[in-house]
Amino acid sequence: MKLRRSMLFVPGSNAGALSTAFIYKPDSIMFDLEDAVAQSEKDSARLMVFQALRHPAYQEIETVVRVNELNTQFGLKDLEAAVGGGADIVRLPKTENADEIHDLEARVARIEKACGRAVGDTKLMAAIESASGVVNAVAIATASKRMIAIAIAGFDYLVDMHTRRSNGSEPELFYARAAVLHAARAAHIDAFDVVYGNIDDDEGFLREVAIAKGLGFDGKSLIHPKQVELLHRAYAPTKEEVDHANRVLAAAEAAHRKGLGVVSLDGKMVDPPVIEEAEMVLQRAQSS
Amino acid sequence: MKVMKEAIAGTLESSDLLVKVAPSDKGAREIVIQSEVIKQFGKQIKRVVAETLDKLSVSEGSIVIEDKGALDCVIRARVQAAVLRGAGSEETDWGTLS
Repeated sequence: MKLRRSMLFVPGSNAGALSTAFIYKPDSIMFDLEDAVAQSEKDSARLMVFQALRHPAYQEIETVVRVNELNTQFGLKDLEAAVGGGADIVRLPKTENADEIHDLEARVARIEKACGRAVGDTKLMAAIESASGVVNAVAIATASKRMIAIAIAGFDYLVDMHTRRSNGSEPELFYARAAVLHAARAAHIDAFDVVYGNIDDDEGFLREVAIAKGLGFDGKSLIHPKQVELLHRAYAPTKEEVDHANRVLAAAEAAHRKGLGVVSLDGKMVDPPVIEEAEMVLQRAQSS
Repeated sequence: MKVMKEAIAGTLESSDLLVKVAPSDKGAREIVIQSEVIKQFGKQIKRVVAETLDKLSVSEGSIVIEDKGALDCVIRARVQAAVLRGAGSEETDWGTLS
């Protein structure tokens, strides 16, 4: 199971960030060709991302490319660079409905054929940034077998909802978070929480991480490298959780050796979901 | 590919480079490279620039590079961007850029 706690945004036009992002060891790096890149630099950023994707440093880390919307003059060119460059995942911004995912999938398949990649190799994820996207989240999340994640993007969503961030318990985001998370779980894919824009406010960042983690998000989109370690630490299991996970796996192993289907631990049944959760706890512990 | 007009790509920020291309009537490729790391990586930078221009079939024109310690992948991208801009090319053949 791929661990996806941190997806670090790297502006495609920023040579310094592009040359060093891998050092911070996020679970995924997202090269951005959309909002972080000025219109006049879209062509150059596209080439930078295409070349960075082929750099040895980015062969050992999951790479994502956020393309411009496909109905813009940049979107299809971005897609050719991302798929042709070997990106693991294409992130579609401002996704409103499942048809956009179907269209994306068909275009990606054509590019894969043309550039010699195996059809189906490129995975997809969608960012939900509007009320329509939230309402259609389940259809979007289940639109393709290539979908591996869905993300909620707060800024555009809150503008669409005629409100803004409260920087507290964030009731304004609760419905969208819950809807995107349920869509992800129904589709058996990962869910990413919003970015936290104030990079000097670690306390606020960690407060928001606690909300996302508590709801069940797999991770967050991040806009600064310093947030990677903070996030990984916050997502790290406690010693008690690790000890319990080890006991669960030991009990499951013992039951397997005895040919038993299920076993109980501390009076609770150890079944496949419990084993899967224990494995995830240990995976997070090893990666923190 | 022929450089038809002056064009620039990149920046003078650390880890980046600025590439200026211009048409030339000398029938040859003139490459000038300035770099903070020319002693350590000069040969490599020249090789990457030459290979990138070869793949784009740029046989003539002026190419002036001011490097600020860019990785090879950044050098390739910025040279490609400057040439494509200078050639006025709207379409990208990704096969020639890899």
